[in-house]
Amino acid sequence: MKRFTLFFISYIIWILLVLPLDLQTLILGFFVALIVALLFGKEFVENYKRLWHIDRLFWFLVYIPVFTYYLILANLDVMYRVLHPDLPIHPGIVKVKTKLKSRSGRSVLCNSITLTPGTLSVDIEGEYIYIHWLNVKSDDVDLASKEIVEKFEKYLMKVFG
Amino acid sequence: MIIELLFFVVLLICCFLCLYRIARGPTVPDRVVAIDILGIVVVGFTALIAVETGKDFYMNIAIAWALISFLGTIALAKHLEGKSFDE
Amino acid sequence: MNNIIGYIIIGIGVLFNLFGCIGLLRMPDVYCRLQAATKCVTLGICFVLIGVVVIVGFNPLGVKALICMVFILVTSPTGAHALARGAYKSGVKLWKKSVCDKYKDKESK
Repeated sequence: MKRFTLFFISYIIWILLVLPLDLQTLILGFFVALIVALLFGKEFVENYKRLWHIDRLFWFLVYIPVFTYYLILANLDVMYRVLHPDLPIHPGIVKVKTKLKSRSGRSVLCNSITLTPGTLSVDIEGEYIYIHWLNVKSDDVDLASKEIVEKFEKYLMKVFG
Repeated sequence: MIIELLFFVVLLICCFLCLYRIARGPTVPDRVVAIDILGIVVVGFTALIAVETGKDFYMNIAIAWALISFLGTIALAKHLEGKSFDE
Repeated sequence: MNNIIGYIIIGIGVLFNLFGCIGLLRMPDVYCRLQAATKCVTLGICFVLIGVVVIVGFNPLGVKALICMVFILVTSPTGAHALARGAYKSGVKLWKKSVCDKYKDKESK
């Protein structure tokens, strides 16, 4: 079942990559996806069954516009700081706490943090994430978690929780 | 068209800013960051050439370039950390 | 009409690229440079690829541009994360005006 999930995903990516379809590329893609599934099936994500849950996929689709909003906000913020002649930054590394348990959920959270306003995840250790913050508002764990993590966490809990 | 030429010129300026950082960067990680950014800017170049000529194999080059540039960045980051590639 | 909208979107993306590279020059230390450059350049390239999709429509070229956008959105923050960690482990100090450094406490323990 794990291997079948990986086979399905890699076959779809193959079809999207070779799009003017004909029989030859379909058969070749079948064998390529089969080899990929047999070789790397063991190292696929551990909770693979969640990939087939429709409600989690729905919440992921809800998450995308939220993420896009913060992404554009982040870029306007960074643009302001770069173009300002005095360079108004107060950098520092803070520590935040996350409630997410699964490893893939934590990595999606880290990637989202990296792409949003003035924050860059440096290291992850258990349930604590170390974050380089361009404009430190508070170095307390709880306040920083509320400021940075919470806006994504409530959606990601529904997807990966 | 003049506007496409303008896009190419601005992207070329971006490439030269990255090259300046590669040449001057005071530490090694500075240079690696600039190499990473240069790799992503080249993807934009290739996408613009693809839409200019209308040939879709340029987009294959863009995808392959993005993935290989990512691999190079990860390898250099691991090297900075003092580990080998498969740890 | 599609061409004009597409070129406007590509123009916005190219401008974001330029600001990202200016940030690469102006910021004082590695981590700030990484922040400015990664965010602005990633969003800039995404805008360029969306503009390509708007111009050419949903033919093979457009679908490939969308796949390339997904790859960039996944790989770029991961690369930035690995680079920040590598830079810290290789001993690059924070900027001298930095406010706080919680990571040092963990390293010294």
